[in-house]
Amino acid sequence: MKRNWSLYPYILWMVVFTIVPILMVLYYSLVEAGGGFSLTLSHYARVFEPLYLSVIWRSILLALVSTVICLLLGYPVAMILASSPAKQQFSLIVLFVVPMWMNFLARTYAWMSLLETNGIINTFLGFFGIEPLSMLYTSGAVVLGMVYNYLPFMVFPIFTVLRKLDPSLLEAAEDLGANPLKTFMKVIFPLSLPGVLSGITMVFMPAVTTFVISQLLGGGQFTLIGNLIQQQYLRTYDWGFGSSLSIILMIIILLSMGLISRSNTNEEGGIL
Amino acid sequence: MKAAMKKAYLWLIFIFLYAPILVLVLFSFNTSKSRASWEGFSLKWYIELFQDRAIMTALGNTVLIAVVSALAAAVVGTIAAIGIYNLKGWRKNFIINVTYLPILNPDIVTGISMMILFIALSFPRGLASLIIAHITFGLPYVVISVLPKLAQLDPQIFDAALDLGATPREAYTKVILPQVLPGVFTGFLLAFTMSVDDFVVSFFVTGNGVENLAISIYSMARRGINPKINAVLTLLFAAVVAMMYLIQRRLRKSTADI
Repeated sequence: MKRNWSLYPYILWMVVFTIVPILMVLYYSLVEAGGGFSLTLSHYARVFEPLYLSVIWRSILLALVSTVICLLLGYPVAMILASSPAKQQFSLIVLFVVPMWMNFLARTYAWMSLLETNGIINTFLGFFGIEPLSMLYTSGAVVLGMVYNYLPFMVFPIFTVLRKLDPSLLEAAEDLGANPLKTFMKVIFPLSLPGVLSGITMVFMPAVTTFVISQLLGGGQFTLIGNLIQQQYLRTYDWGFGSSLSIILMIIILLSMGLISRSNTNEEGGIL
Repeated sequence: MKAAMKKAYLWLIFIFLYAPILVLVLFSFNTSKSRASWEGFSLKWYIELFQDRAIMTALGNTVLIAVVSALAAAVVGTIAAIGIYNLKGWRKNFIINVTYLPILNPDIVTGISMMILFIALSFPRGLASLIIAHITFGLPYVVISVLPKLAQLDPQIFDAALDLGATPREAYTKVILPQVLPGVFTGFLLAFTMSVDDFVVSFFVTGNGVENLAISIYSMARRGINPKINAVLTLLFAAVVAMMYLIQRRLRKSTADI
C-alpha cells in the first residue's frame, strides 16, 4: 500500500490554509506597524497594560465560572443518563442533542428575548407584581449564555466514561461497607476523572475565546479577549496588537490543554 | 422517591435547554412584533420572510457553502486518511497532530488568520473564501472519522484484492472505499453541521457584502427585534431535525440488516 501521493493535496491544503495563516499572525505580532520589517515586542508589551490585563483576567474568570457551573449541573445529568435503562438512554441522549441542532447564534439570540427588560421573564414576573429586573447586559447573562451553549460538552464526555464503569465495582464498594457518598467520592468520581477533564477542556476553550456571547448578552460592556481581538482587526485596524492578543490566546489554550492532558494519562475519556 | 428526584432534575435541565428554543419558535407565529406578549397566531412573518431577498440569499449561501465544502472535505479528507493510514512512525504522528490543529485552534484565531491570508494574497473575499475556510475546518472531522474505520480493516484485504486480479485503483474504489464509507458519511455530516453552524470564521473571512445566515442573524440581532429571524430559524431547525431523523432511521435500518 505505497501511495503517498494521496497525501499531497491534503498537506498542501493544510500548509497554505492552516500553517501559513498562523505564521502570518505570528509575523504581524512581531513587526513594527506600517509595513516595516523591524522586529519589536511592543505589541506584546501593550497586552500587559493594566487595562488589557483586566480584560484577559475577566475572560478567564467568566470562562472558569461557567465551566464550574457546567460541571455542577452536568455531572448529575451524566450520572442519571448513564444509570438509566438502555432503551430510555437512547431517547434521553437524543433529547439532549436536539437543542444543539439549533444554530449557535440562534440559541444566544433566543436568550436575548427571554432576558430583556420587556422580555418574557419580566412579563411573567410582572403578573406577580414583581418589578422588572435588568438581566440582559450583565455578567450573569454572559455566564448564562456560556453555560447554556456549552453544557452538553460537559455532559457527554462524563457520560461516556460513566457508562463504561463496571457495575460490579459499585457492588464491591457497597459490600465492603461504603455508603453511597463514600462510593461516589472514592470510586465513581476518581474513575470518571478522564471524562471530567475532557469536559472541562471542551467547555473552557470555547468560553474563553468567545466574542459573540459577550457581545449579544453582555451588550459590549463585558469586553473579553475575543471582543478585543475582533476590535483590533475590524475597527481600529491595529493588526500588530490584535495578532499579539491572538498568539497569547493560543498560548492560554495550549497551556490549559497541556495541563489537562498531563493529568489525564488515562486516554479513555478522549477529547472527541 | 430517589428515582422521582432524578426524573425531576432531568426535566428541569430539559426545560432549561428547550425553553429558549420553544419561545423562539412560538414567537415566529406571533401576530405582533413583540418578543414578549402573545397576540394571536399568524403566518405573516413567514410570508414576509420569503419576500426578504437578503435573508433568502443568506439562506441559499449557507446551504451552498455547507454542501460544497462538506463534499470537498469528504473527498480530500478520505484520500488523506488513506495516505495517513499508510504512513509510519513520526511522520504519521506529526500529520495527525497537524490535523488536530484547526480543531484545537480557537475559532477566532482561525478566522482572523485566514482573513490575513486572503488580504495578503488580495484574494477576493466572498463566497469562494468562505468555501475555502469551511473546507479547512471541515477536513479534520472527515480525517478523524475515516481513520478509525481504516484501522478496523484487515490489513491483508488490499493485498487480497490485488492477488485476485484487481488493479490498485479498483482495490481502493471497490474494496477499501465501501468498507470505510460509514466513516466518510459521518465525516461529511460533521463537516456539514459545522459549516451550517459556523459564525465566527465566516464573519472574518467574508467580504463584499456576502452573508451567510449566521452573519445575517448577528447583524439583525444587534439591531433589535425582528420576528423574521425567528421564522427563518424555525424553518432551519425543522429542516435539520427532519434530516437527522431520516439519517437516524437509515442508520438503524442498516445496522438492523447486520
